[in-house]
Amino acid sequence: MEKPGLLRESAFPIVVVILVVVIFWYAAALLMNHGAALDSLKLKGIETTPLQGWLLSLALERPLLPAPHQIAVEMWNTTAQLSVTSKRSLVYHAWVTLSATLVGFGLGTALGVLLAIGIVHNRAMDKSLMPWIIASQTIPILAVAPMLIVVLNAVGISGLLPKALISTYLSFFPVVVGMVKGLRSPETIQFDLMHTYFASSSQIFWKLRWPASVPFLFASLKVAVAIALIGAIVGELPTGAVAGLGARLLSGSYYGQTIQIWSALFMAAFLAGGLVLIVGLVEKLVARTMGAKPERMAA
Amino acid sequence: MTITPESVVSARDLGLTFETNDGPVNALTGVNLDVNKGDFVSFIGPSGCGKTTFLRVIADLEKPTSGSITVNGTTPEDARKNRSYGYVFQAAALYPWRTIEKNIALPLEIMGHSAAEQKARIERTLDLVNLTGFGKKFPWQLSGGMQQRASIARALAFDADLLLMDEPFGALDEIVRDHLNEQLLKLWDRTNKTICFVTHSIPEAVYLSTKIVVMSPRPGRVTDIIESTLPKERPLDIRESPEFLEIASRVREGLRAGHSYDE
Repeated sequence: MEKPGLLRESAFPIVVVILVVVIFWYAAALLMNHGAALDSLKLKGIETTPLQGWLLSLALERPLLPAPHQIAVEMWNTTAQLSVTSKRSLVYHAWVTLSATLVGFGLGTALGVLLAIGIVHNRAMDKSLMPWIIASQTIPILAVAPMLIVVLNAVGISGLLPKALISTYLSFFPVVVGMVKGLRSPETIQFDLMHTYFASSSQIFWKLRWPASVPFLFASLKVAVAIALIGAIVGELPTGAVAGLGARLLSGSYYGQTIQIWSALFMAAFLAGGLVLIVGLVEKLVARTMGAKPERMAA
Repeated sequence: MTITPESVVSARDLGLTFETNDGPVNALTGVNLDVNKGDFVSFIGPSGCGKTTFLRVIADLEKPTSGSITVNGTTPEDARKNRSYGYVFQAAALYPWRTIEKNIALPLEIMGHSAAEQKARIERTLDLVNLTGFGKKFPWQLSGGMQQRASIARALAFDADLLLMDEPFGALDEIVRDHLNEQLLKLWDRTNKTICFVTHSIPEAVYLSTKIVVMSPRPGRVTDIIESTLPKERPLDIRESPEFLEIASRVREGLRAGHSYDE
């Protein structure tokens, strides 16, 4: 009974926002590309009506700002119209980036959880590690990425792993912060209860700290998966990679292929959205088996 | 110091001082008390009188700073390691990600009982607290009173002879509380456990106990120990009897004597 209402309630604002964005986008594309369109017509020496000038500004090959439908057509042509093994297929490039993202996300999550466990259980780690972890995130990733890739290349590691490691470097951080808080989230009374049972530290961990930290873990994972993707794309930029969304962005910018750049950007956005959505769905499934209230799941 | 074989808790000149930023706080001073097997002992007094602290000392959740205490003839720490008591907190403290039966299974899992044994004990303790049929529910699906009953079931599940209860019904309304008090007495009668029960309600203390320990604050100390003359069989309307009212008035006097209301 409630679901369709809820859906309408959440779908309506989204549709409105998209509409507004599209309208502004078309207006901006018209204005920004109009000069270039007139120039190209003049160059070809064609006499045109003003209307044709405006129309052309939405159909240029290398517009300053491609119109939404140009990006949609490009994306359609490079995904559905091509074999996924083709080097021009956006699906192929997306997969290259996605595989590095997933490996990096997995490693980052594992690293983050392990560090959090250490920090929560060991006073020395608590005092010594956290400042370094925070410092690690203040270094611009664009500066670190090329060095890391060059160094790893020198020792014979190339391909997916260096990119995945940059994803790891970015994605472990929210997991550490969230999990430290999560593993410390049980109330005193819940710890006291374990104490009265004479429970071991590992029992306290598996029966209390870990389940209590699960909501914190998923909140962190949503952030981590999105920045893992950014890490993988950044890892492709400085290396002259030949495949991946980062490579598409780079080659697009070399040759002024703005439509290609924008479709790669959109692909990245869809990927990120999809990944966050999947994490959210897993979160809901886990919450249900862990007996969360339905209201909390809807939120 | 002599310990009779019947003695479950025995405190001699027990003291506990907390070091705080505002200087030392005497939570307990000079407490002498014996709790015998099968007793139902209530600790009553205003907040800050150390009644909860004393219970926590028995449970080895706090360490005394002077005097001595034995639980089941050993130190509180050994008693805890022997899993010789069940503790019921002010809040139910059920783990929200576990169903009621899984919550009751928690101490059993930790103490290494077999799955079949766990199942049998869950069934038995759910029945003891009248929650049969609610095992598969999650805590939020139960009312406050039912949650507290589930937490009592959890404390009973591993068959400790001593039950420590820290204002277990403090957050519940009067009607639910009456009902739970009645059930608790029946349960005590059926299981023959020793119960230490912290409360700040005079009728609750008098209705439940065989022995009432009146305490007062600053410093936390025992001002009176009253042996109840009420019969073991106690219907709720025993609270209207002259005998009941007499004990209640003695408790009230004890509380007044130890506490200046002018502060």
